[in-house]
Amino acid sequence: MEFLRNLLDKQKPLFQKGGKLENLYYLYEAGETFLFSPKHTTGPRGAQVKDAIDLKRMMITVVIAMIPCLLFGIYNTGHMHFLAVGEAASFGDKFILGLTLVLPIVIVAYAAGGLVEATFAVIRKHPINEGFLVTGMLIPLVVPATTPLWQVALATVFAVVIAKEVFGGTGMNILNVAMTARAFLYFAYPAQISGDQVWTYLGDKTPIDGFSGATALAVAYQSGQEGVNAVANLASHNTAVMDDMFSFANMFFGFIPGSIGETSTLMVLLGAAILLFTGVASWKIMVSAFGGAYIMAAVMQLLAVNEFMAMPAHYHLVMGGIAFGIVFMATDPVSAAQTESGKWVYGLLIGVLTIIIRVTNPAYPEGIMLAVLFMNVFAPLIDHYVVKANKKRRLQRATV
Amino acid sequence: MELFNLAVRSIFIDNMVFAYFLGMCSFLAVSKKVSTALGLGSAVIFVLTITVPLNWLLNEFILKEGALSFLGESFASIDLTFLRFIMFIAIIAAMVQLVEMVVEKFAPALYGALGIFLPLIAVNCAILGGSLFMAQRDYTLAEAAVYGFGSGTGFFLAIVALAAIREKLKYSNVPNGLKGLGITMLITGLMGVAFMSFMGIDL
Repeated sequence: MEFLRNLLDKQKPLFQKGGKLENLYYLYEAGETFLFSPKHTTGPRGAQVKDAIDLKRMMITVVIAMIPCLLFGIYNTGHMHFLAVGEAASFGDKFILGLTLVLPIVIVAYAAGGLVEATFAVIRKHPINEGFLVTGMLIPLVVPATTPLWQVALATVFAVVIAKEVFGGTGMNILNVAMTARAFLYFAYPAQISGDQVWTYLGDKTPIDGFSGATALAVAYQSGQEGVNAVANLASHNTAVMDDMFSFANMFFGFIPGSIGETSTLMVLLGAAILLFTGVASWKIMVSAFGGAYIMAAVMQLLAVNEFMAMPAHYHLVMGGIAFGIVFMATDPVSAAQTESGKWVYGLLIGVLTIIIRVTNPAYPEGIMLAVLFMNVFAPLIDHYVVKANKKRRLQRATV
Repeated sequence: MELFNLAVRSIFIDNMVFAYFLGMCSFLAVSKKVSTALGLGSAVIFVLTITVPLNWLLNEFILKEGALSFLGESFASIDLTFLRFIMFIAIIAAMVQLVEMVVEKFAPALYGALGIFLPLIAVNCAILGGSLFMAQRDYTLAEAAVYGFGSGTGFFLAIVALAAIREKLKYSNVPNGLKGLGITMLITGLMGVAFMSFMGIDL
């Protein structure tokens, strides 16, 4: 510690006003505040934290909460690969294979985004945005392990510039940055992020007979189209690879194909526990979003127009990325509703919309991505009316 | 049920702004404050709900091929569809005049805030677009009324959401070159991505 402090202090004059590297001051500042808590308070503009911790410490908490998902995602990537090609492999083999696939994506996302951040910080003379710590980790977790690295880089750059930097950086953006990156990939390169083939890494090996890479949601949607019982169809799917792969328990634990970090509901809940314990994310959004999704799924189950709708409501909560999206995306403190009662409305509508898109829209098997983006767009409106109602109530009290 | 589906479709799926990019000028220009956006949005809902059915009547009984046959055998072959644009615009302009007078009388503050954009609704492409889509898609009178109301509501939602975002934008630090319309265009694009969530739903 002492050594680091001295090292930083020694370099400081170089970057301060009049120093040789004056223009790069914010790069230095980013390194310094990353290593040591700064003494200064947050500025008059931008993200505000009214707490003893600063924004960097808060954002790193979210990264820590994502680590269970990341580790499990690394393991599951390898696990799915060896299942699909029909080879037995040890835990270590699976983990190492997963690591060789996932680690480059994480590095590319951090590097590409970090470069953009640093460029903007130096040119526009503002500190490097802490929010990128989270975005750089979220983007790898919401793409399939087979995504080409250049697409990861492109999506990251697009999202950081168009969804964040043009608004002035963390705390001022309208849409969730990581979700924008994924939506960009989804609409620009659908072949690499949708369908049945992209979720499992095969390498140059051929899969065993009867292997299907379809996700649970794709299978469930298909059973709605064909009129076969969704639960039975899920249970009988991919038996060549593994018995009862899409059972409720297995989907909850996450040994299923999907994007890197989204498959395991258990790991997401672990992350949620960290976020809630430290008070970083809003429990109101989580509760109302899960509640909204469950209620809507239950309504669908009552209507039961097709077999997909008739699927038990709790299945919806463990399939696809809904848990990951609600815990890490919907609770993004910047793009979510900021008023306390607004959060209930915001979360509830995310849950409801997700299920509606899943069940009724054939274009998208998963709904959480667009539901979060859609509600990001309407969050300022919700806040506007909550604030207006508050004003009205307080004015009434004042006139007595 | 059919009508309800049409309403949902015209509000969310075939949204005037995000699916057809109609009515952009007032969408971008009058979205600085939620209160004015609310006023303009309501005016658009009102005008669309009135003009689409009115234009339907006009189209059905005067303009369509053979619509004049009730006047006698010799009129049966007359086709006045080439007059569609000018007749539709005339109806719209008259209705907008009416709305303007009503707003001026009952909400002078809103009248001042809307300024030139209220008369400009008359040439708002969303309004004429509504009538033309109605004619093109062969709606019935009830469908035309629901469609007019629905597409007006879609516009209303879009402009109010944009206005709320732009009010929030006061606290952000947009680069100088992008201030004003530039950033608004970008937001519109991002909102369009969010509205993609409904595209493809087949009701």
